[in-house]
Amino acid sequence: MSSNKKYWKSVEELNENSSIVETLKQNEFVAEIPTDEFLGDKETLEATSTTRRDFLKYVGFSTAAASLAACEGPVKKSIPYVVQPTEIIPGVANYYATTIADGFDFASVLVKTREGRPIKIENNTMATTNGSANARVNASVLGLYDSLRVQSPKRKDGESISWSTFDSETTEKLTNIAAANKDIVLLTQTFASPSTSKLISEFKDKFGNVRHVIYDAVSESAALDAYQAKYGERGLANYDFSKAMTIVSVGADFLSDWQGGGFDSGYSKNRVPDHGKMSRHIQFESNMSLTGANADKRVPLTPSQQKLALAKLYSLVTGNNVTVNGLSESVETAIANAASQLRKAGSNGVVVTGINDVNAQTVALEINEFLGSKAFDAKTPIKTRQGNVQAVAQLVADMKAGKVGAIIMSGVNPVYTLPNAADFVEGLSKTELSVTFSMKVDETSSETQYIAAAPHYLESWGDVEFKKGHYALTQPTIRPLFDTRQFQEALLKWTGNDMSYHDYIKEAWGTTILGGSSFNKALHDGVYVGSIDTVVEDTTDADAEDTAEVPSGNAARTLAASTQSNGLELTLYTKVGMGDGQQANNPWLQEFPDPITRTSWDNYLTISKADADAIGLTNTHVANGALNGSYANVTVNGTSLKVPVMIQPGQAKGSVGLSFGYGRTLGLKEEMQTGVNAYALYQGFNNVQSVTIEPAAGEHEFASVQLHNTLMGRGDIIKETTLEIFNTKDKKYWNAVPVVSLNHVETPVTSPEVDLWDEFDRSIGHHFNLSVDLNACTGCGACVIACHAENNVPVVGKTEVRRSRDMHWLRIDRYYSSETSFEGDNEKKENISGLGSSLSEFGEMENASENPQVAFQPVMCQHCNHAPCETVCPVAATSHGRQGQNHMAYNRCVGTRYCANNCPYKVRRFNWFLYNGNDEFDYHMNDDLGRMVLNPDVVVRSRGVMEKCSMCIQMTQKTILDAKRDGRQIKDGEFQTACSAACSNGAMTFGDINDKDSKVAKLKEDNRMYHLLESVGTKPNVQYQTKVRNTTEA
Amino acid sequence: MKKSYQSLEANLTNNMRQVIHRKLSNNLLRFSLIILIAFTTSISAQEDCDPVKGKSLFNANCAACHQLDKKMTGPALRNVEQRLADDEGLDRAWIYAWIRNSAGVIKSGDAYANKIYNEYGGAAMTPMPQLSDQDICDILAYTAEEKATPPSGGDTASLSPVAPVEPGISNEIILGALAILFMLLAIGLYLVNKTLRRFASAQNIELPEETKGTPLWKAFVQNQFLMIVVAIFFLLASAYYVYGYLSQIGVDQGYQPVQPIHFSHKIHAGDNGIDCKYCHSSARVSKTSGIPSLNICMNCHKSIYEYNGETSPEYSKEFYDGEIQKLYAAAGWSDADQQYTGNSQPVKWVRIHNLPDFAYFNHSQHVTVAGVECQTCHGPVEEMEVMYQHAPLTMGWCIDCHRTTNVDVKDNAYYTKIHEELSKKYGVDELTAAQMGGLECGKCHY
Repeated sequence: MSSNKKYWKSVEELNENSSIVETLKQNEFVAEIPTDEFLGDKETLEATSTTRRDFLKYVGFSTAAASLAACEGPVKKSIPYVVQPTEIIPGVANYYATTIADGFDFASVLVKTREGRPIKIENNTMATTNGSANARVNASVLGLYDSLRVQSPKRKDGESISWSTFDSETTEKLTNIAAANKDIVLLTQTFASPSTSKLISEFKDKFGNVRHVIYDAVSESAALDAYQAKYGERGLANYDFSKAMTIVSVGADFLSDWQGGGFDSGYSKNRVPDHGKMSRHIQFESNMSLTGANADKRVPLTPSQQKLALAKLYSLVTGNNVTVNGLSESVETAIANAASQLRKAGSNGVVVTGINDVNAQTVALEINEFLGSKAFDAKTPIKTRQGNVQAVAQLVADMKAGKVGAIIMSGVNPVYTLPNAADFVEGLSKTELSVTFSMKVDETSSETQYIAAAPHYLESWGDVEFKKGHYALTQPTIRPLFDTRQFQEALLKWTGNDMSYHDYIKEAWGTTILGGSSFNKALHDGVYVGSIDTVVEDTTDADAEDTAEVPSGNAARTLAASTQSNGLELTLYTKVGMGDGQQANNPWLQEFPDPITRTSWDNYLTISKADADAIGLTNTHVANGALNGSYANVTVNGTSLKVPVMIQPGQAKGSVGLSFGYGRTLGLKEEMQTGVNAYALYQGFNNVQSVTIEPAAGEHEFASVQLHNTLMGRGDIIKETTLEIFNTKDKKYWNAVPVVSLNHVETPVTSPEVDLWDEFDRSIGHHFNLSVDLNACTGCGACVIACHAENNVPVVGKTEVRRSRDMHWLRIDRYYSSETSFEGDNEKKENISGLGSSLSEFGEMENASENPQVAFQPVMCQHCNHAPCETVCPVAATSHGRQGQNHMAYNRCVGTRYCANNCPYKVRRFNWFLYNGNDEFDYHMNDDLGRMVLNPDVVVRSRGVMEKCSMCIQMTQKTILDAKRDGRQIKDGEFQTACSAACSNGAMTFGDINDKDSKVAKLKEDNRMYHLLESVGTKPNVQYQTKVRNTTEA
Repeated sequence: MKKSYQSLEANLTNNMRQVIHRKLSNNLLRFSLIILIAFTTSISAQEDCDPVKGKSLFNANCAACHQLDKKMTGPALRNVEQRLADDEGLDRAWIYAWIRNSAGVIKSGDAYANKIYNEYGGAAMTPMPQLSDQDICDILAYTAEEKATPPSGGDTASLSPVAPVEPGISNEIILGALAILFMLLAIGLYLVNKTLRRFASAQNIELPEETKGTPLWKAFVQNQFLMIVVAIFFLLASAYYVYGYLSQIGVDQGYQPVQPIHFSHKIHAGDNGIDCKYCHSSARVSKTSGIPSLNICMNCHKSIYEYNGETSPEYSKEFYDGEIQKLYAAAGWSDADQQYTGNSQPVKWVRIHNLPDFAYFNHSQHVTVAGVECQTCHGPVEEMEVMYQHAPLTMGWCIDCHRTTNVDVKDNAYYTKIHEELSKKYGVDELTAAQMGGLECGKCHY
């Protein structure tokens, strides 16, 4: 009987006459084995003198020789200085205070240098008013060692020239152009530099017909215009969110780059419940932004609805009646609640808006004035955005008309960032002289007659006025790597001034800014806060625009009357990782996962599930779990882009989002040429556009690092509660320690009786703990990049990230709720009973809600005291130190990966390949220049070993050694890790819990403290502070 | 520190012996010299000036800028008084004035003073108001000494052939005598044997024939137990040696590469007793001990342009002087013009102590905090003509030391608390580095 049974391998076999089955019977391999490639050419085979026997001999010999040679160590050379600079001691880091001012990112920073090489950017804690280093600023050090930098001045055809040739040729042309009375245009980034402004005015005096146009790639023109109209000065109102208890934001992503950024540390201060109080944050927005993700209440609204909402809010707060039609009832209620809370908060409330409309910005200013908001400061305007879109548009028109004789650009890349780049290129060809100061042969510099090789900011001098009266200095931290010259030096040369720019700044500061204070002290500190009366004249030709005062209420009325848009509205935004796209050739930033979508190496069209379904766009997971997305054609006024689609929970229906900064084509390595250029759709410098979207052919492969988006009701991963419960109920209710049954008695998992391991005495010496406050963490990701820089974490590239082989030691998990709140998830999970229910409802819980709650959770190695990884390592490569750190001896690791499998937190990373000096991974670790950024105190790992967060043991050991050398006790706050030092929001606190007075020891005793997956019993040394949401309405 | 003091003492006694020796052998020459000087220089003969005292004063005050026979920062000073008197007509009063306050003399418009000031690039001489007339007189007496013919060269030439020969000859004689003795003994024994046999045959005594048994090796092969034991022994032995061979791979103990400049630690740290950390200053504060930059060398070698210490056939004075010239070439120092040319050439030293990249070692931890002597790890550096790797630098070597060395906790506030607690825990007064946590993987591997 059994012999009659026929097994078949595929349906095809059932078909008796199938040709495929027949072919496969004869042929084991479907594809031909490509033997012809190496055996096909008879001639070469016969011509070669190597016989098979010889070949084997050679193989044998070379193997033997290689193994013998391996026993002999190489001769290493050691080359000391001829004259050692007194400030450099090999092996000891120096720190310099300086300032980044690249036109998009402005921050006072400390630069760590080793043997004269800058290797890391840190926060300058003295510069409290100047913002702190975000992810891009942390990564900017890598730009110094970019192998594609322009190394000397060049002509358009690529011929290198000397600076003297450059000087004589350009000066001659400039003089001629000036004599012919044609326009000379300086098109620059926002420098916000008093010395540069002075220099430019001197340049104007010398050449006469000079126009200075300031151009911000991502414009804040509306806000600038509104502020200028109201206060008579070009700037942006300053906000200090640490003074606000009720924050209402209408479309302002103020935790990332809104109006220059840098507001997050102030914001975080009031997010931590203190004496039962924390701020309340209400966000109205279309895209799911970092700010919206942190809000207590988030209302998705399309951009045109936001205008109405703001007008309505104005009407309700000020009582100045404005009729607003077209808002849905639920939105009306939300606005009414927000307005009543604002009124209640009075001067503790603040309203901000990101709507790119002069009226909207004016309304926000008016509401804040009405409230008398303490967080709102109109007297010290922010100076880091000064661009003027009308002037830029006028310039392009003039160039096209041939009215411009010479154009000199610095810090801008208009051919990439202008929507009408083609017009600009055409205009460029009509100028008699075009010069770009650029670090790269990029889209713009390749079109101009001269590329003036510009230095990196770490090689330059400079000064910045962040806010009125708040100054900072930029100083070089390394001698210029290449034959470069900064824009200001060239201006000095053109004006016939023999001074160096350093002397120029020193003189300018001495006469106008310092008022008797020491320049050297200002240079040492990096910052100087002067008297507010110091006024430096602005050089922009800004008189063209209308500066008529908008009477109170009129702005809101105009806003309310603004036309509703039909169809989809596109909001263009900047990503935390890429910003305006200047640093697109930075592999750290390319691989940095976006905090919201958790996708790296791409930009994409974010769209709501409902809209995607209506249009027929999908996101699917392929077999290995990676994410694929449909393509869509996005069309704005005839300009069309083919963009991959990412379905984004929380995206307002009727709206889509697309980020700037991608789609660069020149001046960057092939691997970094990712995404699409959204500037093409940035028409009229308006970040909101009306679009049509159609599905396009093909599937896009995303490289996402988090593929599961919801928590599935597992409340022990991110513990959450509301302010009300936090204030009224016992800790046991909202932050209970899990219990297990021991002899039918419920015993907390933390008690020794239920532990598999014996307790080890850690009460002597240091015992490090890291506390992560989920309330203060905004998910900004500065810690991720700081960790990269400190620990030589390799970049693996898009295809490897897609295979989940990313190497980040620190990841920031982002979770969406599948119900409207995480609390709802927990309840739903608890109420599941029976197979049918669990199948359907767990399935439902995998999908995020339409407008979900969002939570961020930084996860690094938890340094468990009872570590599961340590017990399974067959070679004892990972072991525990008395100080609480889980050690990883790379040279001992044989790569079994048992530890990674046994880690409940999935924080161990395996080196699947050799990531340094490998052409397959052509990032910074593949060239000598890029390798200069490596931290010499941390090993660069090789292929086949496991690695993970070390709790920056090199930093704790250094702190201990310094104290030993000085013979002193260590103070609280001295111990830091790269992530805790980078976190300016106070979300990460590191220290010694055996020092009972330390901050972290107190946090360990805090009611909010819990350990990740406490029920596993690993006793981690990383603690989390329960997230508290202020959901109290009205 | 102790060791360097010892070597300093040894150095002093050496010098003293040399001085005495020279006095004995060259007594006559010196006496005749003094008479000669007495005749040629009238002034110094008049006063009671001591050239020996003058020498020490010269070395203490003048030698930084002046040499007797060589132009340096300042002019060569051999017979300076005579020269000034003969060429410029300047008397000792002028010299007093010049030495105590050269700037004043220049300001006064003195022609020669201004000439010499300009000749040496406007470098003013450091005023020496502390020198008394007698001191200056002593110094001048020293400068007026005739250039001595190098006595040390003659000494070593006459001594060196004799000294090493003695033990060589005696050894050979003893060995030769022993060999002859053994030969005589062997011959004697053979003769005795032969005589005895002759006696035996004469008296017709039958000598027993040796019976032939199984040869030893055959018996050995047939004994299986022995074979197994031997096989096991051989296997174990080869395993031991293979293991030994493999574990020495990458261990470069005794590594003594040829360096681009023959720098003798023996001369610097040994003979001259220079503290290690004078040149390797970063060992105190940094993880690396630091190879000194050339400007550190030039601190001394600006004025030390030749070698005047002990020499050997292998390393002659010319050899050492040549090495100093190599330093000048590298540092871009023109000895003739006494200034830097700007053409420097960094020296590519061959690194001797190569710790693998995955092991973190910090000098300052050991040198400053623990107070470990450099010699503990680097061996008798002050005796090394050519530097070599003294320690194996293996992990076992590190750990052995950490297990046995007590941590120096005295007067270090950092250790106060932890020392107290740990002593109580382990019940000991002194704690080893291991008890302090110095054996944990992550302390050195990150």
